Amino acid sequence: MSLDTDRLRHLARLARLALPEPQLAPLQHDLARIVTLVDALQAVDVEGVPPLAHPLALGLPLRDDRVTDADRHADLAALAPAEAGGYYLVPKVLE
Amino acid sequence: MTVVELARRLRGGAVSARELAQQALDAARRRADLNAFIALDAERAEAAASAADAARAQGRDTPLLGIPFAHKDIFCTRGLRTTCASRMLADFVPPYDAHVTERLDVAGAVLVGKTNMDEFAMGSSNENSAFGAVANPWDGTRVPGGSSGGSAAAVAAGIVPFATGTDTGGSIRQPAAFCGITGLKPTYGRVSRYGMIAYASSLDCGGVLARTAEDCAHVLAALAGHDPRDATSAQRPVDDYVAALDQPWAGLRIGVAREYFGAGVDHGVAAAVHAALRALEQQGARLVDVSLRNAHHAIAAYYVIAPAEASSNLSRYDGVRYGHRCANPTSLEDLYTRSRAEGFGAEVQRRILTGTYVLSAGYYDAYYLRAQRVRRRIADDFAAAFAEVDLIAGPTTPTPAFRLGEKSGDPLALYAADVNTVAVNLAGLPAISLPAGFVDGLPVGLQLIGPAFAEARLLAAAHRLQQVTDWHTRTPGARP
Repeated sequence: MSLDTDRLRHLARLARLALPEPQLAPLQHDLARIVTLVDALQAVDVEGVPPLAHPLALGLPLRDDRVTDADRHADLAALAPAEAGGYYLVPKVLE
Repeated sequence: MTVVELARRLRGGAVSARELAQQALDAARRRADLNAFIALDAERAEAAASAADAARAQGRDTPLLGIPFAHKDIFCTRGLRTTCASRMLADFVPPYDAHVTERLDVAGAVLVGKTNMDEFAMGSSNENSAFGAVANPWDGTRVPGGSSGGSAAAVAAGIVPFATGTDTGGSIRQPAAFCGITGLKPTYGRVSRYGMIAYASSLDCGGVLARTAEDCAHVLAALAGHDPRDATSAQRPVDDYVAALDQPWAGLRIGVAREYFGAGVDHGVAAAVHAALRALEQQGARLVDVSLRNAHHAIAAYYVIAPAEASSNLSRYDGVRYGHRCANPTSLEDLYTRSRAEGFGAEVQRRILTGTYVLSAGYYDAYYLRAQRVRRRIADDFAAAFAEVDLIAGPTTPTPAFRLGEKSGDPLALYAADVNTVAVNLAGLPAISLPAGFVDGLPVGLQLIGPAFAEARLLAAAHRLQQVTDWHTRTPGARP
Protein backbone atom coordinates (compact mmCIF):
# COMPACT_ATOMS: atom_id res chain seq x y z
CA MET A 1 0.00 0.00 0.00
CA SER A 2 1.41 3.38 -0.90
CA LEU A 3 1.63 5.92 1.83
CA ASP A 4 1.14 9.19 -0.01
CA THR A 5 0.89 12.68 1.43
CA ASP A 6 -2.90 12.66 1.50
CA ARG A 7 -2.88 9.42 3.41
CA LEU A 8 -0.35 10.85 5.87
CA ARG A 9 -2.53 13.94 6.37
CA HIS A 10 -5.46 11.64 7.10
CA LEU A 11 -3.43 9.64 9.64
CA ALA A 12 -2.24 12.86 11.29
CA ARG A 13 -5.84 13.98 11.57
CA LEU A 14 -6.84 10.64 13.17
CA ALA A 15 -3.89 10.90 15.56
CA ARG A 16 -4.65 14.57 16.35
CA LEU A 17 -1.16 15.71 15.38
CA ALA A 18 -0.68 19.10 13.70
CA LEU A 19 2.07 18.40 11.17
CA PRO A 20 3.72 21.44 9.61
CA GLU A 21 4.06 21.15 5.78
CA PRO A 22 7.89 20.86 5.79
CA GLN A 23 7.69 17.78 8.04
CA LEU A 24 5.41 15.87 5.70
CA ALA A 25 7.96 14.71 3.14
CA PRO A 26 10.55 13.32 5.61
CA LEU A 27 7.81 11.67 7.68
CA GLN A 28 6.27 10.14 4.59
CA HIS A 29 9.69 8.74 3.69
CA ASP A 30 10.22 7.24 7.16
CA LEU A 31 6.71 5.81 7.44
CA ALA A 32 6.92 4.27 3.98
CA ARG A 33 10.09 2.46 5.05
CA ILE A 34 8.46 1.31 8.30
CA VAL A 35 5.48 -0.01 6.32
CA THR A 36 7.88 -1.89 4.03
CA LEU A 37 9.53 -3.41 7.12
CA VAL A 38 6.25 -4.61 8.61
CA ASP A 39 4.97 -5.75 5.22
CA ALA A 40 7.28 -8.76 5.67
CA LEU A 41 4.48 -10.14 7.85
CA GLN A 42 2.37 -10.70 4.74
CA ALA A 43 4.69 -13.55 3.75
CA VAL A 44 4.30 -15.49 7.00
CA ASP A 45 1.98 -18.48 6.90
CA VAL A 46 -0.49 -17.84 9.72
CA GLU A 47 -3.34 -19.90 8.34
CA GLY A 48 -5.39 -21.18 11.27
CA VAL A 49 -3.17 -19.51 13.89
CA PRO A 50 -5.31 -17.68 16.46
CA PRO A 51 -4.19 -14.13 17.25
CA LEU A 52 -2.33 -13.57 20.52
CA ALA A 53 -3.33 -10.25 22.06
CA HIS A 54 -1.65 -10.82 25.36
CA PRO A 55 1.33 -12.92 26.44
CA LEU A 56 -0.25 -14.62 29.43
CA ALA A 57 -3.60 -16.36 29.58
CA LEU A 58 -5.07 -14.12 32.23
CA GLY A 59 -8.72 -14.14 33.11
CA LEU A 60 -10.41 -10.84 33.63
CA PRO A 61 -10.03 -10.20 37.34
CA LEU A 62 -13.16 -9.03 39.13
CA ARG A 63 -13.43 -7.20 42.40
CA ASP A 64 -16.25 -6.08 44.65
CA ASP A 65 -18.16 -3.10 43.27
CA ARG A 66 -16.98 -0.69 45.93
CA VAL A 67 -15.29 2.71 45.85
CA THR A 68 -11.66 2.01 46.75
CA ASP A 69 -10.00 5.26 45.73
CA ALA A 70 -10.09 8.39 47.84
CA ASP A 71 -11.56 11.62 46.46
CA ARG A 72 -8.59 13.16 44.66
CA HIS A 73 -10.46 15.76 42.73
CA ALA A 74 -8.31 18.64 43.95
CA ASP A 75 -5.02 16.77 43.30
CA LEU A 76 -6.03 15.89 39.76
CA ALA A 77 -7.54 19.28 38.93
CA ALA A 78 -4.30 20.91 40.07
CA LEU A 79 -2.51 19.16 37.16
CA ALA A 80 -4.72 20.80 34.52
CA PRO A 81 -3.21 23.53 32.33
CA ALA A 82 -6.45 25.51 32.72
CA GLU A 83 -9.09 24.81 35.33
CA ALA A 84 -11.83 26.74 37.15
CA GLY A 85 -14.20 25.68 39.89
CA GLY A 86 -13.23 22.04 39.51
CA TYR A 87 -13.79 21.99 35.72
CA TYR A 88 -11.31 21.71 32.85
CA LEU A 89 -11.26 24.78 30.63
CA VAL A 90 -11.04 24.41 26.84
CA PRO A 91 -11.73 26.80 23.95
CA LYS A 92 -15.40 27.40 23.29
CA VAL A 93 -16.96 24.48 21.36
CA LEU A 94 -20.43 25.97 20.73
CA GLU A 95 -20.99 29.56 19.72
CA MET B 1 30.25 -1.50 44.87
CA THR B 2 27.34 -3.91 44.76
CA VAL B 3 24.12 -3.77 46.77
CA VAL B 4 25.30 -6.78 48.77
CA GLU B 5 28.68 -5.19 49.57
CA LEU B 6 27.09 -1.88 50.55
CA ALA B 7 24.54 -3.67 52.75
CA ARG B 8 27.41 -5.44 54.53
CA ARG B 9 29.15 -2.12 55.18
CA LEU B 10 25.92 -0.56 56.43
CA ARG B 11 25.32 -3.53 58.71
CA GLY B 12 28.86 -3.36 60.09
CA GLY B 13 28.53 0.35 60.77
CA ALA B 14 31.39 1.22 58.39
CA VAL B 15 29.15 3.70 56.60
CA SER B 16 25.72 5.30 57.07
CA ALA B 17 22.88 5.53 54.60
CA ARG B 18 23.25 9.33 54.73
CA GLU B 19 26.89 9.04 53.69
CA LEU B 20 26.01 6.65 50.86
CA ALA B 21 23.26 8.97 49.62
CA GLN B 22 25.67 11.92 49.71
CA GLN B 23 28.31 9.93 47.82
CA ALA B 24 25.76 8.99 45.15
CA LEU B 25 24.60 12.59 44.75
CA ASP B 26 28.22 13.81 44.57
CA ALA B 27 29.05 11.17 41.97
CA ALA B 28 25.98 12.08 39.91
CA ARG B 29 27.04 15.76 39.90
CA ARG B 30 30.66 14.88 39.11
CA ARG B 31 29.48 12.81 36.15
CA ALA B 32 27.05 15.42 34.82
CA ASP B 33 28.84 14.86 31.49
CA LEU B 34 26.99 11.55 31.12
CA ASN B 35 23.58 13.31 31.30
CA ALA B 36 22.29 10.17 33.01
CA PHE B 37 19.90 12.04 35.29
CA ILE B 38 16.89 14.21 34.52
CA ALA B 39 16.50 15.17 38.18
CA LEU B 40 18.35 14.74 41.46
CA ASP B 41 16.49 15.14 44.73
CA ALA B 42 18.96 15.74 47.56
CA GLU B 43 16.29 16.70 50.07
CA ARG B 44 14.24 13.55 49.54
CA ALA B 45 17.39 11.40 49.56
CA GLU B 46 18.56 12.96 52.81
CA ALA B 47 15.17 12.33 54.48
CA ALA B 48 14.97 8.73 53.25
CA ALA B 49 18.57 8.03 54.27
CA SER B 50 18.03 9.47 57.74
CA ALA B 51 14.93 7.32 58.13
CA ALA B 52 16.93 4.26 57.02
CA ASP B 53 19.71 5.01 59.51
CA ALA B 54 17.13 5.45 62.27
CA ALA B 55 15.43 2.18 61.35
CA ARG B 56 18.75 0.35 61.40
CA ALA B 57 19.52 1.84 64.82
CA GLN B 58 16.20 0.31 65.94
CA GLY B 59 17.38 -3.10 64.79
CA ARG B 60 15.85 -3.33 61.31
CA ASP B 61 18.09 -5.06 58.79
CA THR B 62 16.64 -5.72 55.34
CA PRO B 63 18.69 -6.14 52.15
CA LEU B 64 17.91 -2.76 50.55
CA LEU B 65 17.69 -0.67 53.73
CA GLY B 66 19.74 2.49 53.17
CA ILE B 67 20.92 1.52 49.66
CA PRO B 68 20.90 4.48 47.24
CA PHE B 69 19.26 3.97 43.85
CA ALA B 70 17.66 5.82 40.93
CA HIS B 71 14.31 5.42 39.19
CA LYS B 72 13.91 5.55 35.45
CA ASP B 73 11.87 8.72 34.91
CA ILE B 74 8.90 6.63 33.79
CA PHE B 75 7.92 5.58 37.33
CA CYS B 76 5.61 8.05 39.04
CA THR B 77 7.05 9.57 42.19
CA ARG B 78 4.61 11.56 44.28
CA GLY B 79 5.69 15.18 44.50
CA LEU B 80 8.74 14.63 42.26
CA ARG B 81 8.56 15.60 38.60
CA THR B 82 8.13 12.59 36.32
CA THR B 83 8.76 13.50 32.69
CA CYS B 84 9.16 10.26 30.70
CA ALA B 85 11.86 12.36 28.98
CA SER B 86 9.11 14.15 27.08
CA ARG B 87 8.31 17.78 26.60
CA MET B 88 4.71 16.63 27.03
CA LEU B 89 5.32 15.85 30.71
CA ALA B 90 8.13 18.36 31.37
CA ASP B 91 6.18 19.84 34.32
CA PHE B 92 4.21 16.78 35.41
CA VAL B 93 4.35 16.21 39.16
CA PRO B 94 2.43 13.01 39.92
CA PRO B 95 -0.02 13.06 42.82
CA TYR B 96 0.69 9.37 43.51
CA ASP B 97 3.50 6.80 43.59
CA ALA B 98 3.95 3.89 41.19
CA HIS B 99 3.72 0.42 42.74
CA VAL B 100 7.45 0.02 42.10
CA THR B 101 8.10 3.33 43.86
CA GLU B 102 6.06 2.23 46.88
CA ARG B 103 7.80 -1.15 47.04
CA LEU B 104 11.30 0.32 47.09
CA ASP B 105 10.22 2.92 49.67
CA VAL B 106 8.91 0.15 51.90
CA ALA B 107 12.17 -1.78 51.37
CA GLY B 108 14.04 1.24 52.74
CA ALA B 109 16.02 1.98 49.56
CA VAL B 110 17.02 5.64 49.14
CA LEU B 111 15.93 7.37 45.93
CA VAL B 112 18.53 9.92 44.80
CA GLY B 113 17.12 10.88 41.38
CA LYS B 114 15.30 10.11 38.16
CA THR B 115 17.22 8.83 35.17
CA ASN B 116 17.20 9.91 31.55
CA MET B 117 15.60 7.68 28.92
CA ASP B 118 14.24 7.62 25.39
CA GLU B 119 11.02 9.62 25.29
CA PHE B 120 8.11 7.42 26.43
CA ALA B 121 10.59 4.50 26.34
CA MET B 122 10.62 4.56 22.53
CA GLY B 123 14.17 4.03 21.40
CA SER B 124 17.30 1.92 21.61
CA SER B 125 19.97 4.60 22.01
CA ASN B 126 18.64 7.15 24.52
CA GLU B 127 19.00 9.77 21.79
CA ASN B 128 15.21 10.32 21.69
CA SER B 129 15.11 12.30 24.94
CA ALA B 130 13.76 15.82 25.31
CA PHE B 131 16.57 16.23 27.87
CA GLY B 132 19.39 15.26 25.52
CA ALA B 133 21.32 12.10 24.78
CA VAL B 134 23.18 10.04 27.41
CA ALA B 135 26.84 9.06 27.00
CA ASN B 136 28.12 5.52 27.49
CA PRO B 137 30.52 5.48 30.48
CA TRP B 138 32.84 3.10 28.58
CA ASP B 139 33.20 5.52 25.67
CA GLY B 140 31.64 8.96 25.78
CA THR B 141 31.23 9.03 22.00
CA ARG B 142 28.92 6.02 22.10
CA VAL B 143 25.30 5.46 23.09
CA PRO B 144 24.44 3.73 26.39
CA GLY B 145 21.56 1.90 24.68
CA GLY B 146 17.93 2.53 25.44
CA SER B 147 15.41 3.15 26.42
CA SER B 148 16.69 2.78 30.02
CA GLY B 149 19.99 4.43 29.00
CA GLY B 150 20.29 6.78 31.98
CA SER B 151 19.73 3.95 34.45
CA ALA B 152 22.36 1.79 32.72
CA ALA B 153 24.91 4.62 32.56
CA ALA B 154 24.33 5.56 36.22
CA VAL B 155 24.97 1.99 37.38
CA ALA B 156 27.92 1.42 35.03
CA ALA B 157 29.57 4.66 36.18
CA GLY B 158 29.22 3.58 39.81
CA ILE B 159 26.86 6.43 40.75
CA VAL B 160 24.23 4.06 42.16
CA PRO B 161 24.46 0.30 42.73
CA PHE B 162 21.10 -0.30 41.07
CA ALA B 163 18.40 1.50 39.13
CA THR B 164 14.94 0.64 37.93
CA GLY B 165 14.13 0.26 34.25
CA THR B 166 11.36 -0.83 31.94
CA ASP B 167 11.58 -3.22 29.03
CA THR B 168 9.03 -3.20 26.19
CA GLY B 169 11.29 -4.55 23.43
CA GLY B 170 14.70 -4.78 25.11
CA SER B 171 14.90 -1.49 27.00
CA ILE B 172 16.52 -3.03 30.10
CA ARG B 173 18.61 -5.76 28.47
CA GLN B 174 20.07 -3.79 25.56
CA PRO B 175 21.41 -0.87 27.65
CA ALA B 176 22.66 -3.36 30.27
CA ALA B 177 24.61 -5.11 27.49
CA PHE B 178 25.98 -1.84 26.06
CA CYS B 179 27.06 -0.61 29.52
CA GLY B 180 28.55 -3.87 30.84
CA ILE B 181 26.07 -4.45 33.66
CA THR B 182 23.34 -6.96 34.54
CA GLY B 183 19.75 -6.22 33.55
CA LEU B 184 16.70 -8.31 34.42
CA LYS B 185 13.38 -8.16 32.58
CA PRO B 186 10.93 -10.22 34.63
CA THR B 187 7.97 -12.19 33.28
CA TYR B 188 5.13 -9.99 32.05
CA GLY B 189 2.84 -9.39 35.04
CA ARG B 190 5.42 -10.25 37.72
CA VAL B 191 5.96 -6.55 38.57
CA SER B 192 2.92 -4.23 38.68
CA ARG B 193 2.60 -1.59 35.97
CA TYR B 194 0.60 0.70 38.25
CA GLY B 195 2.09 4.19 38.00
CA MET B 196 4.53 3.15 35.26
CA ILE B 197 3.78 5.44 32.34
CA ALA B 198 2.37 3.30 29.53
CA TYR B 199 3.97 2.72 26.14
CA ALA B 200 2.68 -0.68 24.88
CA SER B 201 0.61 -2.26 27.62
CA SER B 202 0.82 -5.92 26.54
CA LEU B 203 4.63 -5.68 26.38
CA ASP B 204 5.69 -3.16 29.08
CA CYS B 205 7.55 -4.68 32.00
CA GLY B 206 9.30 -3.10 34.99
CA GLY B 207 12.65 -4.49 36.11
CA VAL B 208 16.12 -3.75 37.38
CA LEU B 209 19.63 -2.84 36.26
CA ALA B 210 22.49 -3.64 38.65
CA ARG B 211 26.04 -4.95 38.68
CA THR B 212 25.28 -8.55 39.53
CA ALA B 213 22.56 -11.17 39.26
CA GLU B 214 22.67 -11.46 43.05
CA ASP B 215 21.77 -7.77 43.37
CA CYS B 216 19.00 -8.20 40.79
CA ALA B 217 17.61 -11.03 42.94
CA HIS B 218 17.45 -8.76 45.98
CA VAL B 219 15.74 -5.96 44.07
CA LEU B 220 13.27 -8.26 42.28
CA ALA B 221 12.36 -9.71 45.68
CA ALA B 222 11.27 -6.20 46.68
CA LEU B 223 9.42 -5.44 43.41
CA ALA B 224 7.59 -8.67 42.61
CA GLY B 225 4.10 -9.51 43.76
CA HIS B 226 0.44 -9.09 43.03
CA ASP B 227 -1.09 -5.62 42.87
CA PRO B 228 -4.86 -5.38 42.39
CA ARG B 229 -4.44 -1.94 40.76
CA ASP B 230 -2.89 -3.57 37.67
CA ALA B 231 -5.42 -5.94 36.05
CA THR B 232 -2.56 -7.88 34.42
CA SER B 233 -0.57 -8.32 37.64
CA ALA B 234 0.11 -12.03 38.18
CA GLN B 235 -1.69 -13.69 41.07
CA ARG B 236 0.91 -16.23 41.89
CA PRO B 237 3.34 -16.64 44.78
CA VAL B 238 6.75 -14.98 44.50
CA ASP B 239 9.71 -17.36 44.58
CA ASP B 240 12.60 -16.83 46.99
CA TYR B 241 15.03 -15.51 44.38
CA VAL B 242 17.90 -15.01 46.81
CA ALA B 243 17.68 -18.50 48.33
CA ALA B 244 17.54 -19.98 44.81
CA LEU B 245 20.88 -18.43 43.82
CA ASP B 246 22.93 -21.16 45.43
CA GLN B 247 20.75 -24.15 44.70
CA PRO B 248 22.44 -27.04 42.90
CA TRP B 249 21.82 -26.96 39.17
CA ALA B 250 23.87 -29.77 37.64
CA GLY B 251 22.43 -30.82 34.30
CA LEU B 252 20.79 -27.50 33.50
CA ARG B 253 20.02 -27.60 29.77
CA ILE B 254 20.79 -24.37 27.96
CA GLY B 255 19.42 -24.04 24.45
CA VAL B 256 21.70 -22.14 22.10
CA ALA B 257 19.37 -20.43 19.66
CA ARG B 258 21.05 -20.51 16.25
CA GLU B 259 18.89 -17.65 14.97
CA TYR B 260 20.48 -15.33 17.55
CA PHE B 261 23.88 -15.84 15.92
CA GLY B 262 22.68 -15.02 12.42
CA ALA B 263 23.77 -12.45 9.86
CA GLY B 264 24.52 -9.06 11.34
CA VAL B 265 25.96 -10.46 14.55
CA ASP B 266 29.47 -9.15 15.13
CA HIS B 267 32.07 -11.96 15.16
CA GLY B 268 33.65 -10.69 18.37
CA VAL B 269 30.25 -10.59 20.07
CA ALA B 270 29.47 -14.15 18.97
CA ALA B 271 32.88 -15.38 20.14
CA ALA B 272 32.49 -13.73 23.56
CA VAL B 273 29.03 -15.23 24.03
CA HIS B 274 30.24 -18.69 23.02
CA ALA B 275 33.09 -18.37 25.53
CA ALA B 276 30.61 -17.46 28.28
CA LEU B 277 28.47 -20.45 27.35
CA ARG B 278 31.50 -22.72 27.55
CA ALA B 279 32.14 -21.36 31.06
CA LEU B 280 28.58 -22.38 31.97
CA GLU B 281 29.19 -25.78 30.39
CA GLN B 282 32.26 -26.24 32.58
CA GLN B 283 29.99 -25.58 35.55
CA GLY B 284 27.82 -28.54 34.58
CA ALA B 285 25.33 -27.02 32.17
CA ARG B 286 24.51 -28.92 29.00
CA LEU B 287 24.43 -26.90 25.78
CA VAL B 288 21.73 -27.91 23.31
CA ASP B 289 21.19 -26.54 19.81
CA VAL B 290 17.67 -25.08 19.48
CA SER B 291 15.82 -23.25 16.75
CA LEU B 292 13.30 -20.43 17.04
CA ARG B 293 11.94 -20.54 13.50
CA ASN B 294 9.97 -17.32 13.56
CA ALA B 295 12.63 -15.25 15.32
CA HIS B 296 13.28 -13.21 12.18
CA HIS B 297 9.63 -12.07 12.10
CA ALA B 298 9.80 -10.61 15.61
CA ILE B 299 10.90 -7.10 14.60
CA ALA B 300 8.08 -6.74 12.07
CA ALA B 301 5.46 -8.06 14.52
CA TYR B 302 6.80 -5.82 17.26
CA TYR B 303 6.75 -2.69 15.10
CA VAL B 304 3.07 -3.28 14.39
CA ILE B 305 1.92 -4.25 17.88
CA ALA B 306 3.95 -1.78 19.95
CA PRO B 307 3.03 1.31 17.88
CA ALA B 308 -0.62 0.19 17.74
CA GLU B 309 -0.76 0.03 21.53
CA ALA B 310 1.24 3.25 21.81
CA SER B 311 -1.11 5.18 19.54
CA SER B 312 -3.97 4.17 21.80
CA ASN B 313 -2.13 4.78 25.10
CA LEU B 314 -0.77 8.15 24.09
CA SER B 315 -4.18 9.43 23.00
CA ARG B 316 -4.60 10.46 26.65
CA TYR B 317 -2.22 13.40 26.15
CA ASP B 318 -4.71 15.97 24.96
CA GLY B 319 -3.55 19.22 26.55
CA VAL B 320 -6.68 19.31 28.69
CA ARG B 321 -6.22 17.32 31.87
CA TYR B 322 -2.43 17.39 32.35
CA GLY B 323 0.73 17.73 30.33
CA HIS B 324 1.79 20.25 27.73
CA ARG B 325 -0.77 22.67 26.32
CA CYS B 326 -0.11 24.90 23.31
CA ALA B 327 -0.39 28.68 23.65
CA ASN B 328 -3.57 30.49 22.54
CA PRO B 329 -5.61 27.62 21.12
CA THR B 330 -8.26 28.84 18.70
CA SER B 331 -10.49 25.76 18.94
CA LEU B 332 -10.63 22.44 20.76
CA GLU B 333 -9.23 20.71 17.66
CA ASP B 334 -6.39 23.23 17.50
CA LEU B 335 -5.74 22.67 21.21
CA TYR B 336 -5.44 18.88 20.74
CA THR B 337 -3.39 18.84 17.57
CA ARG B 338 -0.91 21.59 18.41
CA SER B 339 -0.41 20.47 22.04
CA ARG B 340 0.40 16.97 20.82
CA ALA B 341 2.63 18.09 17.94
CA GLU B 342 4.60 20.38 20.27
CA GLY B 343 4.71 17.92 23.17
CA PHE B 344 5.85 14.76 21.36
CA GLY B 345 9.27 14.27 19.78
CA ALA B 346 9.88 12.91 16.28
CA GLU B 347 10.14 9.20 17.13
CA VAL B 348 7.04 9.28 19.34
CA GLN B 349 5.11 10.94 16.50
CA ARG B 350 6.40 8.32 14.05
CA ARG B 351 5.20 5.50 16.29
CA ILE B 352 1.82 7.11 16.92
CA LEU B 353 1.33 7.51 13.17
CA THR B 354 2.50 3.95 12.47
CA GLY B 355 0.10 2.67 15.10
CA THR B 356 -2.73 4.76 13.72
CA TYR B 357 -2.01 3.35 10.28
CA VAL B 358 -2.00 -0.33 11.27
CA LEU B 359 -5.23 0.13 13.23
CA SER B 360 -7.03 2.23 10.63
CA ALA B 361 -10.03 1.01 8.63
CA GLY B 362 -9.00 -1.44 5.92
CA TYR B 363 -5.57 -2.20 7.38
CA TYR B 364 -6.41 -3.71 10.76
CA ASP B 365 -6.64 -7.30 9.51
CA ALA B 366 -3.62 -7.06 7.23
CA TYR B 367 -1.33 -5.61 9.88
CA TYR B 368 -2.53 -5.67 13.47
CA LEU B 369 -4.41 -8.95 13.43
CA ARG B 370 -1.74 -10.63 11.31
CA ALA B 371 0.99 -9.39 13.68
CA GLN B 372 -0.92 -10.97 16.55
CA ARG B 373 -1.03 -14.29 14.71
CA VAL B 374 2.74 -14.06 14.13
CA ARG B 375 3.08 -13.21 17.81
CA ARG B 376 1.40 -16.54 18.63
CA ARG B 377 3.87 -18.36 16.36
CA ILE B 378 6.79 -16.68 18.14
CA ALA B 379 5.39 -17.60 21.58
CA ASP B 380 4.79 -21.18 20.37
CA ASP B 381 8.42 -21.46 19.22
CA PHE B 382 9.60 -20.62 22.73
CA ALA B 383 7.11 -23.06 24.28
CA ALA B 384 8.38 -25.85 22.00
CA ALA B 385 12.01 -25.03 22.82
CA PHE B 386 11.30 -25.00 26.55
CA ALA B 387 9.98 -28.55 26.29
CA GLU B 388 13.61 -29.51 25.53
CA VAL B 389 15.71 -27.01 27.49
CA ASP B 390 15.60 -25.04 30.76
CA LEU B 391 16.98 -21.74 29.41
CA ILE B 392 17.74 -20.25 26.00
CA ALA B 393 20.91 -18.27 25.33
CA GLY B 394 22.36 -15.90 22.75
CA PRO B 395 23.92 -12.46 22.40
CA THR B 396 21.70 -9.69 23.83
CA THR B 397 22.62 -7.41 20.92
CA PRO B 398 24.21 -8.09 17.53
CA THR B 399 26.95 -5.49 18.10
CA PRO B 400 28.51 -3.55 20.98
CA ALA B 401 27.42 0.06 21.60
CA PHE B 402 27.31 2.13 18.42
CA ARG B 403 28.34 5.76 18.10
CA LEU B 404 26.12 8.67 19.11
CA GLY B 405 24.48 9.94 15.93
CA GLU B 406 25.47 6.85 13.94
CA LYS B 407 21.88 5.63 13.54
CA SER B 408 19.83 8.56 14.79
CA GLY B 409 18.78 9.62 11.29
CA ASP B 410 17.60 6.14 10.40
CA PRO B 411 14.72 4.69 12.46
CA LEU B 412 14.98 1.29 10.77
CA ALA B 413 18.67 0.86 11.62
CA LEU B 414 17.77 1.54 15.24
CA TYR B 415 14.86 -0.90 15.18
CA ALA B 416 17.26 -3.60 13.99
CA ALA B 417 19.29 -3.17 17.20
CA ASP B 418 16.41 -4.91 19.02
CA VAL B 419 16.55 -8.04 16.86
CA ASN B 420 17.45 -10.42 19.71
CA THR B 421 15.31 -8.88 22.42
CA VAL B 422 11.80 -8.07 21.10
CA ALA B 423 10.59 -11.68 20.75
CA VAL B 424 10.94 -12.13 24.52
CA ASN B 425 8.44 -9.31 25.11
CA LEU B 426 6.04 -10.64 22.50
CA ALA B 427 6.02 -13.94 24.42
CA GLY B 428 6.00 -12.25 27.85
CA LEU B 429 9.03 -14.23 29.10
CA PRO B 430 11.69 -13.31 31.65
CA ALA B 431 15.24 -12.68 30.43
CA ILE B 432 18.51 -11.36 31.78
CA SER B 433 21.49 -9.73 30.10
CA LEU B 434 24.83 -10.13 31.78
CA PRO B 435 28.37 -9.06 30.96
CA ALA B 436 30.19 -11.64 28.83
CA GLY B 437 33.42 -10.00 27.78
CA PHE B 438 34.57 -7.16 25.56
CA VAL B 439 35.06 -6.30 21.91
CA ASP B 440 37.54 -3.46 21.34
CA GLY B 441 37.07 -2.32 24.94
CA LEU B 442 33.27 -2.28 24.68
CA PRO B 443 31.09 -4.60 26.78
CA VAL B 444 29.25 -7.58 25.30
CA GLY B 445 26.01 -8.95 26.77
CA LEU B 446 24.90 -12.58 27.10
CA GLN B 447 21.13 -12.98 27.12
CA LEU B 448 19.53 -15.84 29.00
CA ILE B 449 15.78 -16.37 28.47
CA GLY B 450 13.56 -18.48 30.71
CA PRO B 451 10.04 -19.88 30.65
CA ALA B 452 7.36 -17.71 32.30
CA PHE B 453 8.02 -17.13 36.01
CA ALA B 454 11.42 -18.89 35.93
CA GLU B 455 13.23 -15.81 37.27
CA ALA B 456 14.81 -17.89 40.07
CA ARG B 457 16.36 -20.28 37.52
CA LEU B 458 17.59 -17.41 35.34
CA LEU B 459 19.15 -15.57 38.28
CA ALA B 460 20.79 -18.74 39.59
CA ALA B 461 22.41 -19.49 36.22
CA ALA B 462 23.58 -15.89 35.87
CA HIS B 463 24.91 -15.91 39.43
CA ARG B 464 26.81 -19.13 38.77
CA LEU B 465 28.46 -17.60 35.72
CA GLN B 466 29.37 -14.51 37.74
CA GLN B 467 31.05 -16.67 40.37
CA VAL B 468 33.48 -18.11 37.84
CA THR B 469 33.97 -15.05 35.61
CA ASP B 470 34.86 -11.46 36.41
CA TRP B 471 33.40 -9.50 33.49
CA HIS B 472 30.73 -8.02 35.76
CA THR B 473 33.42 -6.64 38.08
CA ARG B 474 35.06 -4.57 35.32
CA THR B 475 34.33 -0.88 35.46
CA PRO B 476 34.88 1.84 32.88
CA GLY B 477 37.67 3.26 35.02
CA ALA B 478 39.65 0.01 34.79
CA ARG B 479 39.46 -1.06 31.18
CA PRO B 480 40.54 -4.55 30.16
